[in-house]
Amino acid sequence: MTQTDTPSSQAARQKWMAVLARASARELADRLAALPALPEAEVLRAPETGLVMVRGRAGGDGASFNLGEMTVTRCAIRLGMHIGHAYIAGRDHARARLAALLDAALQDAVQHDVVMQAVVAPLAAAQQEARAVEARKAAATRVDFFTMATMR
Amino acid sequence: MTRLTPGFADPVLDAQASFRAILEAISRPGRIRTIDARITPPAPLCSAAGAALLSLADGDTPLWLDAGDRVGEWLRFHCGAPITPDIGRARFVVACGAAPSLDALDIGTDEDPQLGTTLILQVAALVSGDGWRLMGPGIQLENRLRVVGAPTDFVAAWVRNQALFPRGIDVLLCAGDSIAALPRSVMIAEG
Repeated sequence: MTQTDTPSSQAARQKWMAVLARASARELADRLAALPALPEAEVLRAPETGLVMVRGRAGGDGASFNLGEMTVTRCAIRLGMHIGHAYIAGRDHARARLAALLDAALQDAVQHDVVMQAVVAPLAAAQQEARAVEARKAAATRVDFFTMATMR
Repeated sequence: MTRLTPGFADPVLDAQASFRAILEAISRPGRIRTIDARITPPAPLCSAAGAALLSLADGDTPLWLDAGDRVGEWLRFHCGAPITPDIGRARFVVACGAAPSLDALDIGTDEDPQLGTTLILQVAALVSGDGWRLMGPGIQLENRLRVVGAPTDFVAAWVRNQALFPRGIDVLLCAGDSIAALPRSVMIAEG
């Protein structure tokens, strides 16, 4: 819509929406509780669950095909003049509501920095750490096929 | 800046209730029904017209409307319906101000008469008991309906619309939270 007009602000919003979408309802609720109270919010579109077709391309640039459907819950909340959206995997309505609320708060220039520091930054760090642990575990079992080829 | 208002509080039950009201209005042409939708669409759209659009319009039904950008944005957000500037291609035409000529709207084809446009006409008030005499399917003898704020040449245009049957335009008349329907099968005579 109109509030994300420049490409950089759009990219920033994509980043924080991705972090919020990956966080659990509990993490979001705990971090939100630590914040000063947000102004009154209005639910524009209550959380609703549906299916989204995930499409892929072989090799990243081949012909597109339908990979399969996934369950997605979406929600839209208005906080003052800003509309927060959330699209999350699964059917957790409380999680979608919290993510949309935080997205709305993050668009507000006054609250942006506070919410970013208290909620998004720690969640992003935790998610990054979890990914790194996973990657290390996977790397430990890595087989070097080139080595095997020369051993034969 | 945007100031969107919510749609139905309970999307499933409220849409079913207003669909039911529209269905009953269409099956008893000229009988006035109330849609208790508990919504506040942006001005100038009235709540009955808003509820009808939320129940009927979706991504497959292009809309044409004269109600301004805020209403367009509200309908795009809640229905996902595309807004078209071409009145002849719209499935639903929403007229809050001067009614468009019925001749400009899509009347469907003999093979697909269901593609005919539905005109959602917002009027000042609907009064039963006097005014137009309605006859046709769904009415035992005759129904009287006075439409305050209807276009002056509406009855003449309706006679032309009726001659096209089974093709034609269906009309939903909305005023506040009341709704009455004029399906293409109904005959209208001046009272």
